[in-house]
Amino acid sequence: MKIHEYQGKAILARYGVPVPKSRVAFTVQEAEAAAKELGGFVVVKAQIHAGGRGKGGGVKVCKTVDDAVEASKKILGMQLVTHQTGPQGQTVRRLLIEEALPIEKELYLGITLDRVTGKNVFMASSEGGMEIEEVAHHTPEKILKETIEPGIGLQGFQARNLAFGIGLPAASVNAAAKAMIALAKAYDDSDASLAEINPFILLKDGRVMALDAKINIDDNALYRHPDFVDLRDMEEEDPLEVEASKFSLNYIKLDGNIACMVNGAGLAMATMDIIKYAGGEPANFLDVGGGANEEQIKNAFRILLSDTAVKAVLINIFGGILRCDILATGVVNAARELGIGIPVVIRMEGTNVEEGKKIIRESGFNFPVADGMKDAAEKVVKAAQ
Amino acid sequence: MSVLVNKETRLLVQGYTGAQGTFHATQSINYKTNVVGGVTPGKGGTKHLDRPVFDTVDAAVKATGANASVIFVPPPFAADAIMEAAGAGIELIVCITEGIPVRDMIAARQFLQGRKSRLIGPNCPGIITPDECRIGIMPGHIHLRGHVGVVSRSGTLTYEAVGQLTALGIGQSTCIGIGGDPIIGTTHLDAIQLFNDDPDTHAIVMIGEIGGNNEEIAAAWIKDNVKKPVVGFIAGQTAPPGRRMGHAGAIVAGGSGKASDKMAAMEAAGITVCSTPADIGQKIKERLSS
Repeated sequence: MKIHEYQGKAILARYGVPVPKSRVAFTVQEAEAAAKELGGFVVVKAQIHAGGRGKGGGVKVCKTVDDAVEASKKILGMQLVTHQTGPQGQTVRRLLIEEALPIEKELYLGITLDRVTGKNVFMASSEGGMEIEEVAHHTPEKILKETIEPGIGLQGFQARNLAFGIGLPAASVNAAAKAMIALAKAYDDSDASLAEINPFILLKDGRVMALDAKINIDDNALYRHPDFVDLRDMEEEDPLEVEASKFSLNYIKLDGNIACMVNGAGLAMATMDIIKYAGGEPANFLDVGGGANEEQIKNAFRILLSDTAVKAVLINIFGGILRCDILATGVVNAARELGIGIPVVIRMEGTNVEEGKKIIRESGFNFPVADGMKDAAEKVVKAAQ
Repeated sequence: MSVLVNKETRLLVQGYTGAQGTFHATQSINYKTNVVGGVTPGKGGTKHLDRPVFDTVDAAVKATGANASVIFVPPPFAADAIMEAAGAGIELIVCITEGIPVRDMIAARQFLQGRKSRLIGPNCPGIITPDECRIGIMPGHIHLRGHVGVVSRSGTLTYEAVGQLTALGIGQSTCIGIGGDPIIGTTHLDAIQLFNDDPDTHAIVMIGEIGGNNEEIAAAWIKDNVKKPVVGFIAGQTAPPGRRMGHAGAIVAGGSGKASDKMAAMEAAGITVCSTPADIGQKIKERLSS
């Protein structure tokens, strides 16, 4: 789960990571009140679940309350386009009004999982304020790393190694090390799956602060964080994806016109790939899971068809636990109920496949049953043209 | 011959009396797997599917001599179940459960350090040696006894490959689903090493997907060490970056974990990389006959 910058900063502040004074605002009036309270010299920051907000015009430094009001009017409600939002952008519905600070230096801090060692790794870089992927690509030596030992946590010497390593002056090292240890503790306690403080700043007066906070929470661990449930912002998510999640369907919307319904994540990805290979464009990723029932198949169908770009559907099921006859019955019933008007190509293999094919053949629908994945992909690409 | 599991495997089922445990234990018993009993805390002393139920894995191992365990325990308790099995000295632990928090798996993996247990999964279909031993959730009937080892991060994509092989009359020595999570026990490299050492495995199918760099690590080792034909496929060539494609571990993040990088590393190692999964069976046939 992604959360907003202001929510991430609230978590960090609880653990003692220094953050600037700020207020969240949902309206221009609230933004004005916040700017007044903070003394007028503020930064107005769009709150969306994507990076690159500054370049897209979603962050403005303001000298006066009037400036802040003007900036808030402009940013609130705008369709903010960044390299992470896609060309359609994301509507800005929340602002963070934050005190403006005299910055001496921009640095980077981050934590993520090292999948090879199975341990979290703390990263720090002197190259703050830019895309860390770019730093990793061009100057990997500028990213310093310390492994966080499970159950032990980030130690003082590790934090000092990083703080000195990224060029912090000696007088600021202890404060920075304290902030790093606090960040690591917040990460662990919150079941975070990613944390990035970019930039982590050194102020003119020698203090350090988290000027940004990007924190993702492990969805699988949300059950033990009931207080995080309210942090989810549904408006930042695709409505069809939200709808699918209600039925335990794993759906990701894409830009093509061939919808697919598959059981299993690997096969679902491979189905997208083979559609592309056959010259088509997949409209989505959809994994109905290993134990899907008739009801789920019906809902999956409904969600696929509510994407108006879809011109044809490919159903690719390898029956293991999910039997082909159950799938076929679900598809036929859904087609009857929803009144499907576009071509549907079905490819089934595995448990009870003959019964499944018979149900499709006798349904009265003229759904072509494909022979193998390649045949299925070719048939559905043709049908979508 | 085969790897890790065979007729001698004495299997325990953790989460034995639950719906999933019951269904798949029954399937395994029907496949003539030697299921020696199960564990459900609080139900010790009873019988289920004609076999004894124990309160703890420790008690079950002492009574039955079990050397393998399969876990059908819900996510909040699954890492604990893995550690319980390792603590009781189980040699092969297969965890089917999907949705275990990463923090729990960091702890479980740490717990396994220095112990003799091997973990397969979590979030995997399990492991099968055709006609001998089925551990997990795969449809047993699609398999055929033979000489191709299969290792894969995905369940149904493995069935797809196995289905093609069987249709061509090409059997499998052992098929291992290593799982789709970011932290897993047995990796591609581990499985490839086992298949390489098994004289009865004549060729290997290696199926990967986006996320992490386990495929690259395995490819580097294959390049220097494996003489047997290897056919590979990577799922997720069209997946958008930054999105988790169903599996918790299937994500291209910060420019790493891309399908194209994995395919290039595999090709450089002499692996026949299929551009679509529909070719896997045919490519193995070609490599075996050339």
